[in-house]
Amino acid sequence: MRHILRQREWQADSWRYLGENILEGDAVVVPLAELRAAREHWWAWSGRLGARLAPVDRVEELSELLPRLDLIAVEFPTPGEGRGYSHGRLLRERLGFRGELRAVGDGVRQDQVFLLARCGFDAIELAAGEDPQAARRALNRYDVAYQPGAAQVSVRRQRFFAL
Amino acid sequence: MYQYDELDQAFVDQRVAEFRDQTRRHLAGELSEEEFRPLRLRNGLYIQRHAPMLRIAIPYGLLSVRQLRKLAEITRRYDRGYGHFSTRQNLQLNWPALADVPEILAELATVQMHAIQTSGNCVRNVTADHLAGIAADEVDDPRPYCEIIRQWATLHPEFTYLPRKFKIAVTGAAADRAASEVHDVGLHLRRDAGGALGFRVLVGGGLGRAPMIGQVIREFLPVSELLAYLDAILRVYNRQGRRDNIHKARIKILVKALGIERFRDLVEAEWRAQGAAAPQLPPEEVERVRAFFRPQPYEALTDMDVTLAREPRFKAWYRYNTRAHRVPGYRAVFVSLKAHGAAPGDMSAAQMEGLAQLAERVSFGLVRATHNQNLLLADVRQRDLYGVWLELERLALAMPNVGTLTDMIACPGLDFCSLANAGTLDVARQIQERFDDLDYLYDLGEIELKMSGCMNACGHHHVGHIGILGVDKHGQEWYQISLGGSANGFTALGEVIGPSVPKAEVAATLERILEAYRAVRLEDERFIDTVQRLGLKPFKERAYAPHPAAA
Repeated sequence: MRHILRQREWQADSWRYLGENILEGDAVVVPLAELRAAREHWWAWSGRLGARLAPVDRVEELSELLPRLDLIAVEFPTPGEGRGYSHGRLLRERLGFRGELRAVGDGVRQDQVFLLARCGFDAIELAAGEDPQAARRALNRYDVAYQPGAAQVSVRRQRFFAL
Repeated sequence: MYQYDELDQAFVDQRVAEFRDQTRRHLAGELSEEEFRPLRLRNGLYIQRHAPMLRIAIPYGLLSVRQLRKLAEITRRYDRGYGHFSTRQNLQLNWPALADVPEILAELATVQMHAIQTSGNCVRNVTADHLAGIAADEVDDPRPYCEIIRQWATLHPEFTYLPRKFKIAVTGAAADRAASEVHDVGLHLRRDAGGALGFRVLVGGGLGRAPMIGQVIREFLPVSELLAYLDAILRVYNRQGRRDNIHKARIKILVKALGIERFRDLVEAEWRAQGAAAPQLPPEEVERVRAFFRPQPYEALTDMDVTLAREPRFKAWYRYNTRAHRVPGYRAVFVSLKAHGAAPGDMSAAQMEGLAQLAERVSFGLVRATHNQNLLLADVRQRDLYGVWLELERLALAMPNVGTLTDMIACPGLDFCSLANAGTLDVARQIQERFDDLDYLYDLGEIELKMSGCMNACGHHHVGHIGILGVDKHGQEWYQISLGGSANGFTALGEVIGPSVPKAEVAATLERILEAYRAVRLEDERFIDTVQRLGLKPFKERAYAPHPAAA
């Protein structure tokens, strides 16, 4: 059973990823390419729908699907892969996505958790072998920040603000 | 200078705690070397040829004597009693023990210093003109904006894992003394027709394997838009910069591939699309930071001739190692880290402590690190100059060669760096020995010699009037020589004169090139101007003359 760090708690995942055992009515996460290829099918899917974005994907291509999506999973294949941070901020700040924004992949380590949360990720699926309790604590690694950031971690002091 | 507030201090303290935990996990085997690497790099820690190397940030080059004393203390306690000043206003320790680094960073935090983002694929230490605030040709002091950028870039949630490193330099002067045109972003302070302050923004400059000069992306950017515009540039780069090939990952490659017009369109579109998410830079915040950089409480003095009836060595030092100050009665004094026989940029703990004491007495307790691997006492009363010279002589920091051939830039090279292909320090020594005659050096005049031990160009060889690049040829160290580069005043990339030369021949080759210059120069013509006027031909012909077989 997959666990997801959400609201500072580890919770059992209620979503299925495409390729896993999926039943009618399940909440399913589907890669963007597959969503585009079989758009009608997935739009009419009987359960909740999520999209999975690779680093090379353009978030702008999701915009017309957004009303149907309850979750977007953004891939971080390595800790050094930084495009997903831009995906996250754009989805939240520009495209106004309010559903679950989930960081997934081997690059999601405890040392990335604070940055991910500041970029709007409210759900973390840790890489295999990472210490879940340490990752939960990592949300509190800093209580100050210079830049504007999402409210997933609150900082007591911040220097620069958005409007 | 800028003083940390509670936010800044809390941040560096929490950063130290984070790195302490990361180091502990690495030493306990929980983080492999591969996993630890990007984390340590973002805290300035390299693993070099012999030992770790710690690169400490000196933001925009400014150091208080308290900080300088702390650096001296750290080099004594945790290293071998010296440090190496780099071209980007950093201090490098060559021999710290990995397990001690968290403690070193904790020590630095007690004097408002850090090593954050001095390495790794993120926004690096922001650099500035070393004459900031005291140069007559300046529109405004660049350092407050450097400090603002430093803060904005520190652990930026979106831009901590960029395709490659990202360097920003800011200058407020007419003459570029910060090599800003060979930075990923160069910012030039200027005023618009209405007198409002802003920046000309350059993008896509850089050295390394594919040297390029930055191009203007925006002629005038209002100060209030600084962070929003940088966010836009970084976002376009973060999303579209290449990540498949480390040698093609710098922003300059993206700018070149798209063309500056297309790149500009993308950035401007991104900037306009930010809307309410744009980071604001309100005037109150700019004023808060600017207040830390107000002019010093200078005395009302007049300029004086301090060299009258003094010994020739002092006169030479005055001429070469001091610079005009915009306030009458004051002078800026270079502290030369280019003594013959020493590695360029190296400074011992005793020298740091001696200089701290001197700066406290004669230059408002501040010292600056320069792009040329020297230090600077920015605000010295002219009447104090003779005493300052005596003290700098005593500390072996008064080599009167600033701006001459032996005031060379050199990276640490093969002796320390695991990337290097060839040694630089022994070549530097060879050049110092051959050109040890000061009268000859003075006759050669202003020459910028820059040497790198590999293509990564940490020694900026592309923009040296004379550039030397160490290359590996079948396990032997050879050196490629280029002429005509410049990053000071104007920016140009040098051109290679021909086949590389073996190590033992470097200084002799330079001598032949410089003899050719002496033969063809017009009266008072600087070396770089002669190269510009005549091209490489007269130098090529002479450089190899006695050794036609050099391969």
